Amino acid sequence: MSIGIKDLPEENLFTAGHTACAGCGAAIAVRNIMKVLGKNTVIYTPANCLLVFGATYPHIAWKVPYHHVAFENTAACASGMKRALNTLGKEDTTVVGFAGDGGTADIGMQALSAAAERNEDIIYVMYDNEAYMNTGIQRSGSTPYGAWTTTTPAGKVIKGKELFKKDVAQIILAHNVPYVATASVGYPQDMLRKVEKAKNMKGFRFLQIYSPCPTGWRHPTDITVEVAKKAVESGMWTLFEAVDGRMEITYRPKKRIPVADYLKLQGRFRHMTEEQIKILQDWVDKKWDRDTRLEQALKMIEE
Amino acid sequence: MKRVVTGNYAAAFAAMRARVNVVAAFPITPQTFIVEHISEFVNDGIMDCEFIRVESEHSAMSATVSASSTGARAFTATASQGLALMHEILFTASGMRLPIVMPVVNRTIAAPIGIWAEMNDVMPERDAGWMLAFVEDNQEVHDMVLQAYRIAEDKRVLLPMMVNLDAFILSHTVEPVDLVDQEDADKFLPPYRPEHAYLDPERPMGVGIFTPPEYIQEERYQTHAAMEGAKKVIKEVNDEFARMFGRDYGGLVEEYRMDDAEVALLTLGTVTSTAREVVDNMRAEGKKVGLVKVRFLRPYPTDEIRSVASRVKAIGVYDRAISYGVGGPAYIEARNALYGHTDIPVTNYLAGIGGRDVMLDDIEFMFNDLLKNAETGKARKEIVWINTRGVEQ
Repeated sequence: MSIGIKDLPEENLFTAGHTACAGCGAAIAVRNIMKVLGKNTVIYTPANCLLVFGATYPHIAWKVPYHHVAFENTAACASGMKRALNTLGKEDTTVVGFAGDGGTADIGMQALSAAAERNEDIIYVMYDNEAYMNTGIQRSGSTPYGAWTTTTPAGKVIKGKELFKKDVAQIILAHNVPYVATASVGYPQDMLRKVEKAKNMKGFRFLQIYSPCPTGWRHPTDITVEVAKKAVESGMWTLFEAVDGRMEITYRPKKRIPVADYLKLQGRFRHMTEEQIKILQDWVDKKWDRDTRLEQALKMIEE
Repeated sequence: MKRVVTGNYAAAFAAMRARVNVVAAFPITPQTFIVEHISEFVNDGIMDCEFIRVESEHSAMSATVSASSTGARAFTATASQGLALMHEILFTASGMRLPIVMPVVNRTIAAPIGIWAEMNDVMPERDAGWMLAFVEDNQEVHDMVLQAYRIAEDKRVLLPMMVNLDAFILSHTVEPVDLVDQEDADKFLPPYRPEHAYLDPERPMGVGIFTPPEYIQEERYQTHAAMEGAKKVIKEVNDEFARMFGRDYGGLVEEYRMDDAEVALLTLGTVTSTAREVVDNMRAEGKKVGLVKVRFLRPYPTDEIRSVASRVKAIGVYDRAISYGVGGPAYIEARNALYGHTDIPVTNYLAGIGGRDVMLDDIEFMFNDLLKNAETGKARKEIVWINTRGVEQ
C-alpha cells in the first residue's frame, strides 16, 4: 500500500532552477516530499536556506502557494493558514511548514510546542542539518557533540561543540500528538512512506528529516546519501515513527558501525581527538540503548 | 440595540459583527476581556470563527498575518508588553498589505512595570506601517473597529489598523453603547475578497518571498503612498458611517468649539472628553478656547493641523507618552506638520503618564498657559510636565 519511488509523479512541485548548493540534503528532501504531498498543499518556511534558494524575487521554485513571515513562528503561521483555509471552504488543503533545526529546536520551539499542544491540523517538517547554515554555519541545539561550526570553532583549548544534540522528535512525542517520525534522505523509501502516512492523517504531524549539508559539514557534494546512511548505520540517527504515541523503530542496522566511520567522511569532525570520539561513541551507544528501550515501552501503549 | 458595556466588550462585539474568520489572541491586562468575550461568543455558538488560543503575542500576530495572507478576515488584540512582543511581525503585516484590525488597549510599558493608561506602548510603532486610530469612548471603540475593516480592506489602502483605547478608562469602564445588529453591519461591511495576496492551490503565489535591493525601495514607496491615500478613504468611510448610523467622528480629526478660538489644544484618547468639559466651562467665562481631537497619528492629519494653526494664536499638544530626550510623540508629530507653516507657539503638555488621572484643573491650566502664550506670541515653556514631583510646571 505504501508509496514507492517509481510511483512518484514526474512533475516537480519544487522545481529545478532553485539555487541550493550541490548535494543539499534539504533540497533532496523537499523535492521528493512535494511529489507525495501533491498540488493541494500550501507551504510555509521560516527564514532559512530554503527561503533563499527556493524563493528569491522575481523567481520562485514552488508550484504551490508559498508563504514566509519570520524565523521563530513556523508553527504559528501554519496554524493561521490552516484555520483560514477551514473558513474558506478548503478544509482538504494540506498545510506544511518546512523549518530547519535552528528554526525548530531553538528559536521556533515555543510556537511549535504550542501548536502541538493545540493539535493543529498541520504537518511540520524539520529538516535537520545540525547548524544554522543560512547565516553561515553556527551551532544550534541540534548540532552534535564535537562538531566544528563558526561559533564552536576547533580552537587550541576547546575543539568543537562541547554539548550534545537535543532530541526534538522525543520532545514532540511527549506532546501526545497523532504522528511523530524521524527520517533521512539516505532512506528515501522510508521517508516517503512516512510522508504519505502523515498526509493521510489529521491533527499535528511532525517529521524530523536528517539532511546533510555538504557546505556546512565539509564533505564532498556527491556523498550526501552515503553520509546520511552512515549516520543511521552508526546509530547517530535513529529512524522511528510513532502513531498516537506508539513508537516503532523502522530500520535497525544489523550491526552498528563505529561512529568514527561516520565522522571521518566530514571535515566538521576532523579535529576531534580520540578522547572526544570515545565520548561521542559512548553517547551514541547510550542513545541507541535508550531508543530501543523506549520503543519497547511505548509499543505497549494500548490501541 | 443599546447596552451598557465596557470598551473591551464593544471591541469584541464589533469583531463578531464584522464576521472575522480567524482570531488569534493571547491575554494581557487590560486587553484580557476582549479575548474572554470572544471565547464566550465562540463557545456559545454566536460567533462563527476559527479562534486560535496561541501561547504568546508573537504567535498571535504571526497566525493573524498568515490567516490574512491566506485570504481570511483576521483579528487580534493586545496591549503594552504584548504589542512590543509583536513588534517584529507588525512590519510583515503592513509590508504584505494585510488589512488586519487590532484593538490596542494602551497601557504602561515596563520599566517601571504598571498596567494603567499610557501611550508609550503604541508610540514606538508609528513607523511600522499600521494606521493608528485613537478613540475617546466605548461607542467609538465599537464604531471604529467596524470602520477599520472598511478602511483597511479598501483596495486604495490595504494596510492594517490599530484601534487604540485607553487602559481601564475605557477597557474596564461601562458606558451605554449602541451595538450594531448583524444586518446593518453586513450592509456597511462587505465580505473580504483579496486580489493581491492569498494562498490558494488553485492559483499559487508566493506571499513573503526573499527580495533583493532591486525591488524593495518601490515596495516602501507604495506602502507610503497607500498610507497617504488612506486619508481620503478614512473621511469617506466616516461619512458613509455617519449617513448609515448617525454618528459622525469627523474623519482624521474632530474640531470642538474651534469657530472663533484663539488657542487650540490637540488631544488623543479619553482626555478629549475631560477637555470638552473644560472648554465648555471656559467658554462660559468668555475665554476663546477650542479643542482638536486628533483621531489618527498614522496617517497623520497634516493638512488639518496646518489649517488649525492658520486660525489660532497658540497651539498645545497633549501627550500621555514621552520620547526620551525629545518630548511627547504627538507633539513631535504636530511640530513636524507645522514646520515652515506657522510662527505661533506650540507647547507640549505631558500628563496622565503611567495612568495618573488627568483632572479638569490640569486641562484648565493648559488652556490658561496657551492663552498667555497667545498674548506674548511665544511659548512660556516648550515642554510642560503637569503635576510631576520635582519638576516646575
